[in-house]
Amino acid sequence: MKTLKGWLLASPLVVILFCFLLLPVIAIFVVSFWGATEYSYYPAFLFDNYAYLLTSSVTLSVYLKTLMFTVITWALCLLIGFTVAYFLAFHVRTLPMQIALFLVCTVPFWTSNIIRMISWIPFLGRNGIANNTLLDMGVIEEPLEWLLFSEFAVVLAFVHLFTLFMIVPIFNSMMRLDRSLIEAARDAGASGWQILVNVIVPLTKPGIMIGSIFVVTLVMGDFITVRFMSGGQSASVGRIISNEIGLLQYPAASASAVVLLLTVLLMISIMLRFVDIRKEL
Amino acid sequence: MDGRRGLGFYVLAAFFALFVLFLYGPTITIAILSFQGPQGGLTFPMNGSSLHWFRNLFEQQAVGDIWGSFRRSVALGLMVMVTTVVVSVMGGLAFRTRFKGSTLVFYLVIGSLIIPSILISLGVGILFNQADLDVHWSTSGFGSQLTWTLPFGLLIMFAVFNRFNSAYEEAARDLGASPWQTIRHVVLPIIGPSLIGVALFGFTLSYDEFARTLLTAGSYNTLPLEIYGMTTSVTTPVLYALGTLTTVFSFFIIGVFLLSVWWLERSKRRKK
Repeated sequence: MKTLKGWLLASPLVVILFCFLLLPVIAIFVVSFWGATEYSYYPAFLFDNYAYLLTSSVTLSVYLKTLMFTVITWALCLLIGFTVAYFLAFHVRTLPMQIALFLVCTVPFWTSNIIRMISWIPFLGRNGIANNTLLDMGVIEEPLEWLLFSEFAVVLAFVHLFTLFMIVPIFNSMMRLDRSLIEAARDAGASGWQILVNVIVPLTKPGIMIGSIFVVTLVMGDFITVRFMSGGQSASVGRIISNEIGLLQYPAASASAVVLLLTVLLMISIMLRFVDIRKEL
Repeated sequence: MDGRRGLGFYVLAAFFALFVLFLYGPTITIAILSFQGPQGGLTFPMNGSSLHWFRNLFEQQAVGDIWGSFRRSVALGLMVMVTTVVVSVMGGLAFRTRFKGSTLVFYLVIGSLIIPSILISLGVGILFNQADLDVHWSTSGFGSQLTWTLPFGLLIMFAVFNRFNSAYEEAARDLGASPWQTIRHVVLPIIGPSLIGVALFGFTLSYDEFARTLLTAGSYNTLPLEIYGMTTSVTTPVLYALGTLTTVFSFFIIGVFLLSVWWLERSKRRKK
């Protein structure tokens, strides 16, 4: 009876996720073994797509580049996200003020990512604000060319778009932390820094892990930020897939997608060792 | 914490202020630049100021169909919003008791959240292709976007029901309310403000969704796809004018939602 009621209530959810999550993933897995001609693809059971993918030297270098983006973005998001959450949770004193400032951080999440990427053009461009300011200050003699349409710009945009995913879960963990533990640590003579390192960081680890999972999966699977912010010059795993799709090479794209999915799942399963998500809600 | 603000507070406050500037600065910049004069370019300095680029948006477009895509995005956003709220509430209620297989469904939800978006785009594209169905924003696009909005809706509902005091329901049942009456008159009013939150996520995430809609919207673009198409062909501040308008629209929507949450919470408190 309990089971029936549960499944009935969950049925719309299950149907939607079955049709638009499970079936698509199965389809990708199946098609990754199919063959392709220049314009179409046909059912087969070939390992060609994987053989090509796993032996190509491009694959390794693209994965390394994507991992590089992921690690740098993750480190910056964690540093900024933790600091912001820490300020909101422990230094802002009233709840209405905390909510207000928290919303200030959250609102951009509900606006368009594409627009937010475009907004960097006037700041980073050759004649942009950054270059002009640096020129006026005499720091540089010529405009820096690597500000826009570069790997620097890619990481900047990632941090700009995804830090929020770090702030929210860390802030959540911090707000649920029992404040008397901090009092106790202070009474026991711990300095502010010792409290941070020995009390707050360990107790907010679940939040940090959830934020990290978000950031890592978003960066690993991204194809649009890398393409736009690098001006098409930098590669990432997601971009390779989207290029293959553009060339109608669905089996090759599917094989790449399967490998990407396995990589991401592997990374997540490592991170999940440190946290039980279900407890965090 | 002791009464006086230490040095740490000011350092962190400054850091926070810089972060907010980093978040909003670029958006403000393009808002200013969208008022460029007719001869102005994509960067400063301002070459006079005018409403030229906004007017441009309302004229016949050389490329694309901005207003058509805007209407489609709003329609799709509303569809996704309503579906997300209904399905999330039902899912939230389902998960209040651990039914057999609930863990599996839970992992499906988490999987939906963390799967790289391009897999949804590609997979749904292949499925429709194989089933000889045409991809369309209101079918394949709609379903693909739900895989992104539903996890957020459900996570909010899980959080809400975990903190839900079931004594209210028991009281209603003791007074003879039917299960439906209990939900309609007791549960829904209590979780009302959170539902507005779910709706906000549903609408805005759909309205701005890109990666999962890319291959699944078909020949009629949604607004983010249209804007993305413009970035390769348009090199005038008309792009900024469009960006500013849709951001203002987003802010307006967010404002409406947040105000209604605030208003609901206030009227709830008054009743007590």
